[in-house]
Amino acid sequence: MTRGGSIGSIGLLVAVVAGLEALSRTGRVSAFVMPPPSEILAAIPALVLHEGLGYATWLTFNTTFAATAAALLLGVPAGTLLARRRVLGQAYEPWLEAAFAAPIILLYPLFLIFFGRSLVTVAVMGFVVAVIPVIIKTREGIIGVRPVLHNLALSLHMTPLQSLTKIVLPAALPTIFVGLRLGLIYAMINIVAVEFLVGIGGLGFVVADMYDRYDIPSMYSAVVFVIVLSSLFFLLIERGERWLRPV
Amino acid sequence: MANDLEIRGVSKRYGDPPGGLLAISDISLNVQKGEFVSIIGPSGCGKSTLFGIIGGLVPDYDGEVRVGGQRHVGTHKDIGIVFQEESTLPWRTVLTNVALPLEIQGVSRAEREERARHYIELVGLAGFENSRPVELSGGMRQRTAIARTLAFQPKVLLMDEPFGALDEQTRLLLGDRVLAIHKELKQTTLLITHNITEAVQLSDRVVVMSYRPGRVLRILDIDLPRPRSSDSVTDERFGRYVAAIWGDLRAEASRGMKEAEALRGTGRRAG
Repeated sequence: MTRGGSIGSIGLLVAVVAGLEALSRTGRVSAFVMPPPSEILAAIPALVLHEGLGYATWLTFNTTFAATAAALLLGVPAGTLLARRRVLGQAYEPWLEAAFAAPIILLYPLFLIFFGRSLVTVAVMGFVVAVIPVIIKTREGIIGVRPVLHNLALSLHMTPLQSLTKIVLPAALPTIFVGLRLGLIYAMINIVAVEFLVGIGGLGFVVADMYDRYDIPSMYSAVVFVIVLSSLFFLLIERGERWLRPV
Repeated sequence: MANDLEIRGVSKRYGDPPGGLLAISDISLNVQKGEFVSIIGPSGCGKSTLFGIIGGLVPDYDGEVRVGGQRHVGTHKDIGIVFQEESTLPWRTVLTNVALPLEIQGVSRAEREERARHYIELVGLAGFENSRPVELSGGMRQRTAIARTLAFQPKVLLMDEPFGALDEQTRLLLGDRVLAIHKELKQTTLLITHNITEAVQLSDRVVVMSYRPGRVLRILDIDLPRPRSSDSVTDERFGRYVAAIWGDLRAEASRGMKEAEALRGTGRRAG
């Protein structure tokens, strides 16, 4: 982003926040529906001190990482298999694409029955949505490896395993990383949503709890906190991805 | 003198006989130890097919390819291939790119780095050991690929238009580098090219191929003194060799061009 663009983005944010503040303070919008942003921000320290927002953050991130790690562990081999076995890949691809677009979160009652009202359910809901982009992008990355690199592996007498670890996977890595990034985003969204719906775990639970208590400024605080935190997190991942791309 | 590479009656047909395409027909050629031979032909003469067969990348064909007297099937450790396309690994440095074949062979890190450095120097890339391919020019990347192939010391160096994507001046200068390497290593080399100047500048013999199906039209001995350099292009004999090869190629190339245009006209895809 250009410098002018950055300043514009921040200016837009400031303008919207100031507008909301004005609407709320002048009473044009009920403070019960939309408390002034200054009050929302002021409520964050109390959430951290008394409602365990720090612990909730830790919990949500850990659940997200666990779910994504499991998605990588299963998704990369699965994607590799689907790339190597062409017919299998072509058979699975439309279903994967369909699943990628489907609101899988609606299946949460089913997972509640399987795994009970526990963190396992939350993590599994994260895993289910994270594994799909990892599989799709791994397959795409491997299929996209240039034929000359396969010929190079042949000409150097690589074993299939050597060709996979020294040529194919490194060449596919930038694309696999796109799948990882999508997986992380989807896992986190679904995990926070399930926490909210089921009322267990981390950040989603804190938002639900504040809502149940009609503590509207604190609820907004928790929501703003989640949004800011996840935005920063994904900015960081994007940086990492750019660093990883060789060109 | 011993033949490092023998090609005997090699033909390749794509598809079944009626309607199939005969890409190359009955190619025979010997390359002696230390010799530099170029294969030149018009577009669509099956050069790349022949490259694939000799390199062991095209499995089914008629005839046989012998390396060091042995018939070979599949890729062979005595044939080192340099591809036409970009084939350096962008996530590796020049040093680890060149050391890759030795890494596969299980050579210890210290030894493979030492050998890699030697070949990097030979191709004129000393000082770029820790650069990544993206930081290099196209010519430098191809030299990295050549060093990588030389590093595992194949009997025969097989190159498929390695400088095809480069401009003429860079190509002449890289030709000098290839001549220097050939002088130093006495490396048996088979170069596939469509560039007449390049073929004459580098080779002991030039094999001229016909348009599809590719056959050997003529084998021309290039009797220019070695050591050569890009200055040889000013030699009047150089011009005569270029003219002789163009004389053979001209009819073939125009036949190829007409056929390709006719195919375009009927909307069929050229093979």
